[in-house]
Amino acid sequence: MAAKKLNIKDKYRLLTRDLDWDFSYEDRKKAFPYEEFEGIKITDWDKWEDPFRLTMDSYWKYQAEKEKKLYAIFDAFSQNDGHLNVSDPRYVNALKLFLTGVSPLEYQAYQGFAQVGRQFSGVGARVACQMQSLDELRHVQTQVHAMSHYNKFFDGLQEFSHQHDRVWYLSVPRSFFTDARSAGPFEFMVAIGFSFEYVLTNLLFVPFMSGAAHNGDMATVTFGFSAQSDEARHMTLGLEVIKFMLEQHEDNLPIVQKWIDKWFWRGTRLLTIVSMMMDYMLPNKVMSWKEAWEVYFEEAGGALFKDLARYGITMPKYSEVIEKEKEHISHQAWWTFYTHGHATGFHTWIPSDEELDWLSEKYPDTFDKYYRPLWELAKEKEAKGERFYTTGLPQLCQTCQIPMLFTEMDNPNQNSMRDTLYKGERYHFCSDGCCDIFEEEPEKYVQAWLPVHQIFQGNCGGPDMGDILSEFYKINVGADNMDMKGSPDEERWNKWKGKA
Amino acid sequence: MPVYALKPNYKGERMDRVENFGGNQLVYFGWDEHRMFCAAKAFPLPPSTPFAAVMENVLPEAFGQHPEFSQINWDTAEWLLNNEPFKPQMNATLESQGIDHKSLVRFKTPELKGYAGAGV
Repeated sequence: MAAKKLNIKDKYRLLTRDLDWDFSYEDRKKAFPYEEFEGIKITDWDKWEDPFRLTMDSYWKYQAEKEKKLYAIFDAFSQNDGHLNVSDPRYVNALKLFLTGVSPLEYQAYQGFAQVGRQFSGVGARVACQMQSLDELRHVQTQVHAMSHYNKFFDGLQEFSHQHDRVWYLSVPRSFFTDARSAGPFEFMVAIGFSFEYVLTNLLFVPFMSGAAHNGDMATVTFGFSAQSDEARHMTLGLEVIKFMLEQHEDNLPIVQKWIDKWFWRGTRLLTIVSMMMDYMLPNKVMSWKEAWEVYFEEAGGALFKDLARYGITMPKYSEVIEKEKEHISHQAWWTFYTHGHATGFHTWIPSDEELDWLSEKYPDTFDKYYRPLWELAKEKEAKGERFYTTGLPQLCQTCQIPMLFTEMDNPNQNSMRDTLYKGERYHFCSDGCCDIFEEEPEKYVQAWLPVHQIFQGNCGGPDMGDILSEFYKINVGADNMDMKGSPDEERWNKWKGKA
Repeated sequence: MPVYALKPNYKGERMDRVENFGGNQLVYFGWDEHRMFCAAKAFPLPPSTPFAAVMENVLPEAFGQHPEFSQINWDTAEWLLNNEPFKPQMNATLESQGIDHKSLVRFKTPELKGYAGAGV
């Protein structure tokens, strides 16, 4: 008599590996056309070790339970006017940046993992990627739901999806993911599965979720907890893919190393936004960006690369530049947003005196020397009634699409600028890292949709900047943008709190 | 290899060809060691623009908000065009002195050290 219930091993076999079939009359290569063009050699997909033995039936069960708890808390948060418990209305601006810049990346991750979950010819890898794809879709949904309560009370959250595809600073995270998604399946896995999920995601989630906890935002904290078990699975998958490629064929090593170099550089550039959230946008600080970088990249990442050394993998190229930049980038980024605060979908402000002192303490070698004078100048201008909004539009990096705000680490007063000629046209870069990436695949990056250039080509409406902001970006001009001081957000908050 | 693509001879569409700018070309201007401006700035200009018009209109628009801008001694300013030393000819057009599409023009003002002497 057959057992009523399958044991875990049999269930796992039937619901993953046995979902595959052989190709008896079709050419297997035609069924998986993306598998070879990147140059990665797989000799035996059966050697794939499933990083987590999860089957679809238990996946649904776990996720449904988590979802039930999560939405109960969202309801309670909403019914109890949870938004009134945040530390300071400035905090909500970090959420605006998260919703417009990061949540849509979860959606892009869902699309990307669905694609590789189709294109790998190994069934174990396919099933794992399909599950991650579903996780990512769930993450974008729960993030949108977590923040929908804030959207009822604060400006700047209402057009996140429209803005992600258009607004100048959002082209940075957007193009990061479209770069990964338009690569082959193996590069996508190194880009997102390994570099981003395994090594860099901690720098995004840990500070952000701790930041939410430190600032009274229970909705976001709860989302973070609910996503944590998924993230652990994603990290395991990212690492498994790397090890699998390296164990399959020695020719894969230089390709994998090249991708690691590229995606660490791209990832750290992307995290510039997070550095600024941590050091400037959280009213109650968790730790400085520099400290986070030391804990999560230098220590944790360093140990990982030591482990990968047995395969011949070395630390990502330009790690030594990144190590120096940890003292600078958050300050440079917030100054950029502050001075372009008329063109942002969230509010910006001059740090308070206590915050300036905290920054001096956390960055003893750089803050007073290079960055405090910027804020002294801003204060001086503000006192004269001339809050500083810079004129014109900045030069952008062709690869990371960030304004060319980074500086030379041997002379932090001077912007770092690189360029190269390709087919007679000049291309500009913020760094050697971004220039190298372009030079490896110029035909890819000549297609960059650079917001500043698109504006000047007349593809974003206008030419009046106010029209571009309100009609093309759908920024509610005068409410979503400009300084925190005097904003409708601030006015409403003071009214709720009974302040003058 | 210019790109790793599924199909051989894949070509990308160059998004920023000069033809796309309606008769203008892009020129970037940067003031070295003055971080009040986070980056160099981009301007669409007709290639026939004389450099004198850059001095009169573009640079004040780009950098006039800086407290030191009015003190610049243009006689001692040092210029770079696409990383090479350069001496702008005021009456010559951008085009005729080699300032082509997506050129970067930088200037350094040796007497001016920025706000509070801090490179700001």
